[in-house]
Amino acid sequence: MKFPAFKYLRPSSVAEAAAQLAEHGDDARLLAGGQTLMPVLAMRLAEPEVLIDLGRIENLRGIALEDDALRLGAMTRYVDLERSALVAEHAPLITRALPYVAHVAIRNRGTIGGSVALADPAAEMPACMLALGAEIELTSTEGNRWIAAEDYFLGLYETAREDTEILTAIRIPLAPERRVGFYEVARRHGDYALAGAAAVGDVEDGRIQGLRVAMFGCDDLPVLAKTAAKAAETGVLDGAWLEADVSPTSNINGEAHIRLAQARVAFRRAVTDLLGVSNG
Amino acid sequence: MSIAATNAPIGQSERRTKAKRLVTGRGRYTDDVTARRVLHAAFLTNPFAHARILSIETEEAAGLPGVERVFTGPDIADACNGWTGNHDLFPKLDSPQQYPLAVDVARWQGEGVAMVVAETRAIAEDAAALIDVTWEELPAVADPVANLEPGATVLHPGKSDNLALELRLGTDAVDAAFERSTLVLEESFRFGRHTGVPLETRAILAEFDPSEQRLVIHQSHQAPHQQQELFARLLDLDEQNVRIVCPDVGGAFGIKLQFSGDEAAVAVAARILGRPVKFVADRLESFTSDIHARDHQVSARMGFAVDGKITALEVDDIYAIGPYSIYPRASIMEGNHVMQLTAASYTVPAFRGRSRIVYQNKGLMGHYRAVGQPLGCAIGEVLLDRAARKLGVDPVEIRRQNYADLSAGPVTSSAGVALEGLVLHECLDTLVERMDLPELRAEQTRLRSQGRYRGIGIAGFIEQTGPGPNYYGKGGIPVSAQDGCVVRLEPSGKARVFSGATDQGQGADTAAAQVVAAALGIQADDVRVTLGDSEVCPYGGGAFASRGTSIGVEVAWRAGRRLRSQILELAGALLQCDAEALDLRDGQVIELATSQARFSLEDVARIGHFRPYELPEGFQPMMSAVEHYVPRDKPTVVGNGIQGSYLEVDVETGIVSLLNHWVVPDCGFVINPLLLDEQIRGGVVQGIGGALFEELVYDDQGQLLTATMADYLTPMAAEIPDIDVTRIEKPMGDKTLGAKGVGEAGTAGAVGAVLCAINDALVPLGAGIAQTPCTPARILTAIEQARNE
Ligand SMILES: Cc1cc2nc3c(=O)[nH]c(=O)nc-3n(C[C@H](O)[C@H](O)[C@H](O)COP(=O)(O)OP(=O)(O)OC[C@H]3O[C@@H](n4cnc5c(N)ncnc54)[C@H](O)[C@@H]3O)c2cc1C
Repeated sequence: MKFPAFKYLRPSSVAEAAAQLAEHGDDARLLAGGQTLMPVLAMRLAEPEVLIDLGRIENLRGIALEDDALRLGAMTRYVDLERSALVAEHAPLITRALPYVAHVAIRNRGTIGGSVALADPAAEMPACMLALGAEIELTSTEGNRWIAAEDYFLGLYETAREDTEILTAIRIPLAPERRVGFYEVARRHGDYALAGAAAVGDVEDGRIQGLRVAMFGCDDLPVLAKTAAKAAETGVLDGAWLEADVSPTSNINGEAHIRLAQARVAFRRAVTDLLGVSNG
Repeated sequence: MSIAATNAPIGQSERRTKAKRLVTGRGRYTDDVTARRVLHAAFLTNPFAHARILSIETEEAAGLPGVERVFTGPDIADACNGWTGNHDLFPKLDSPQQYPLAVDVARWQGEGVAMVVAETRAIAEDAAALIDVTWEELPAVADPVANLEPGATVLHPGKSDNLALELRLGTDAVDAAFERSTLVLEESFRFGRHTGVPLETRAILAEFDPSEQRLVIHQSHQAPHQQQELFARLLDLDEQNVRIVCPDVGGAFGIKLQFSGDEAAVAVAARILGRPVKFVADRLESFTSDIHARDHQVSARMGFAVDGKITALEVDDIYAIGPYSIYPRASIMEGNHVMQLTAASYTVPAFRGRSRIVYQNKGLMGHYRAVGQPLGCAIGEVLLDRAARKLGVDPVEIRRQNYADLSAGPVTSSAGVALEGLVLHECLDTLVERMDLPELRAEQTRLRSQGRYRGIGIAGFIEQTGPGPNYYGKGGIPVSAQDGCVVRLEPSGKARVFSGATDQGQGADTAAAQVVAAALGIQADDVRVTLGDSEVCPYGGGAFASRGTSIGVEVAWRAGRRLRSQILELAGALLQCDAEALDLRDGQVIELATSQARFSLEDVARIGHFRPYELPEGFQPMMSAVEHYVPRDKPTVVGNGIQGSYLEVDVETGIVSLLNHWVVPDCGFVINPLLLDEQIRGGVVQGIGGALFEELVYDDQGQLLTATMADYLTPMAAEIPDIDVTRIEKPMGDKTLGAKGVGEAGTAGAVGAVLCAINDALVPLGAGIAQTPCTPARILTAIEQARNE
């Protein structure tokens, strides 16, 4: 479990990093918090020739309130999000979900950009981005572009990010009236989810509107459960329609129908959490 | 027991002497030990469960700058005798010859095939990746049940089947007893394969001096004297020229008790190259090359009379081991324990047991904490609970009325366990009180009406600790059941202890310091204990089978007492009085009649060491003492205890939340309550791991699917409830201090308690589970099955 030899670069600006990435392309890996990449290197599951450490690029870090959005720098660490009053006020779903991401020591280093770039299907942050309708900024030597979370996650560890692009920021649209709900089934505290749901929506006279529920740990990628959410808006909260949205496969954690059943429970509990009623 | 045994610091909660050093980062583990010109080893391992090695191309690897040598299986086998994991008490076990690295055929995924020795571990790993092996994949033997069927693929050429050994106990009288029973319950239990996961992985540093033909090994191991004999034997060296040093060891649990091929290969390389060679297993290597444990499928039948009395028991076990029986201790004991320890504390009038030990293309099977005991306990307790429900008997009552009757003295269970001096009823009564069982039941009922499923489990267990010499000695296995101990008086009046016991975090050294301090009338801090060096320490067995206190501390006490007598003789000679008239207290020699201090211990020690001319002519002061101790009168020290678990099952997700856990162990005489409680708690956590989380999952091709800490789940602090320990202290009343081992007690009962509690929670759903770990999917499947029935 020793790293293979690699060249280590530590750019001090996004432009410099983008140029290095353009030069090395496929042979390079970006290093953020390293909480996934380091074990991957140690187990030699990847052997990149060049490592580009984003850790010294100051303006990739930080949380800022813009006119219509909350802006999160890609290199903002989980711990800073967890303690941020701005996040708690404008994106409380993230504050709710963060304690479920790994453990304190890992949250001290792991970054939101690293998580969204990695796109683990069972990870909490990608699902939150989807539920919140976030936009993701990708930057290369050609310039930058913004892409909606819904168009960004494409498959198992697969995203719309090109090899030459750096994930530089995330914007979360402000929606002051919006309510949030979250639930996750995991075998131990801090584990990746067996099934989870992150929900946002408005509640008027006890009825839910504009419900967006992102399921994670249920499929190859985080998925917006559109059918089940529509049903929930009409009062069917139990995720009965969920199989139209996600298709868990049998794996070491259980057979497909068991995993679907757990996903349904996560859906219902996240939505009831959003409604503010107790999680039966 | 001598009165003096009640002297402080015996019975006090002394903190572990090493704890401060270890937590301040000053521990010295094997990997911290270095040597000039040291080289590092990395292994190329078998990627298949079973494969023939057609050719190995090592040239490119050997040519990488920084690589010293690449060894293949035959290279190492040329310089190391082979071994077999056999046992003379079981002549039918005929485990084939093994070598440090695979020769021709590799038989489990992770078995070493080639070794690179290089300037750094990273270079060694780079080079290992350049070794080119041409494999011929062979069919995997990876389903113990199917592999016993006639016509199944046979793992070892020349053998007629995959059965390594069949053990049988009991009699066929059991059939008639079942026929006469009012109720017969039958269940197939499955216990997943798991392992011990010590924080410090296996590690070795081998140094060879050709001028003296001397091998010095630093190794993270539990039994240095065993290793001294084995390295000498396998490398054809003189035993007095082999030294095994076990520095600080970061947990072991039986994972560091056997002999491992990779470690032998490292010693051979050090000898051939004349340079020190180090190997520290990484976590991936640990999961595939450490010993595994459990992996049993047990069909159990229990018969009952109408009043709930047990009438008959049958245990039919299939024990899936590796492709070989483990060396040197053999992969037998766990099958035996599953049979013998099912319902062991109850009167079972008729019994029959069978354990079939089956070769598999999987990791080797060794002795992990509590060896089979948790399985036997779980089987008996789950069936007893079921009977209680069916017969409408209270679960506490059914236990009480079935307990073995020891009122007329020791009895032998029908499975052959000698039961003596147990405190069954007292443990049960204490547990019921600590749990506040009526209140818990009321809460359970209340919450059930709100759709919440809580469960209460109770599991009593029998522990066989501190074994005597019969099992290994008669088995022809060079494992010492005795420990030696030397206590030396320093001129300052303080003492040093050298013992054949070892410590991997239990506090064996602290307890030894306490008893020696008590014997000499000094403080525990005044005693320094050296363990784990095969050259310096008296010969001993090291740590296994909860023997550290009942044997290792016993012998320290005896050596301390002997030195005490010698000191009193010396003081008596000085004072011209009888040694009997004197005592040692608070660092002083006391005259008993007057309670007056006559000398300090330091004065006496300095006279003994430096000024013996002050003593009468011809008097030889004896400044150190040696004792050896082996329990001869019984095969093991049998203890018992009971555990309770309270938990909630989320019947929609299958997640189990542990709420409370109680342990009432029978500990005999207690030397250090703090160490004892922490042993119990640590053991419970490992039992909980087996009950809920930990599993080495192999697919049907013999590939290990859970070889990282992300896939192999160990329990973490957040999952563990408060563990309440209430000690029952009943010294054994023989000539010993009377301490019983408790190293395995926590593990032995926790699996059963948790399994019983989960089953209790599922009762309203008509569901039951008999497989560990109880994963969410398995619990949901059990509920689904009950619903479909
Ligand atoms: C024990 C443990 C438990 C964990 N549990 C969880 C959990 O429950 N839930 C969870 O979500 N995660 C969990 N994680 C993963 C953790 O959250 C990761 O740190 C995170 O997913 C990746 O973030 P990072 O900053 O560490 O990225 P890195 O490990 O540095 O990088 C991850 C990948 O993303 C790429 N990358 C990183 N930043 C960028 C960028 N700005 N632009 C483009 N590509 C980039 C890297 O090249 C690499 O391929 C766990 C990790 C550990 C060690």
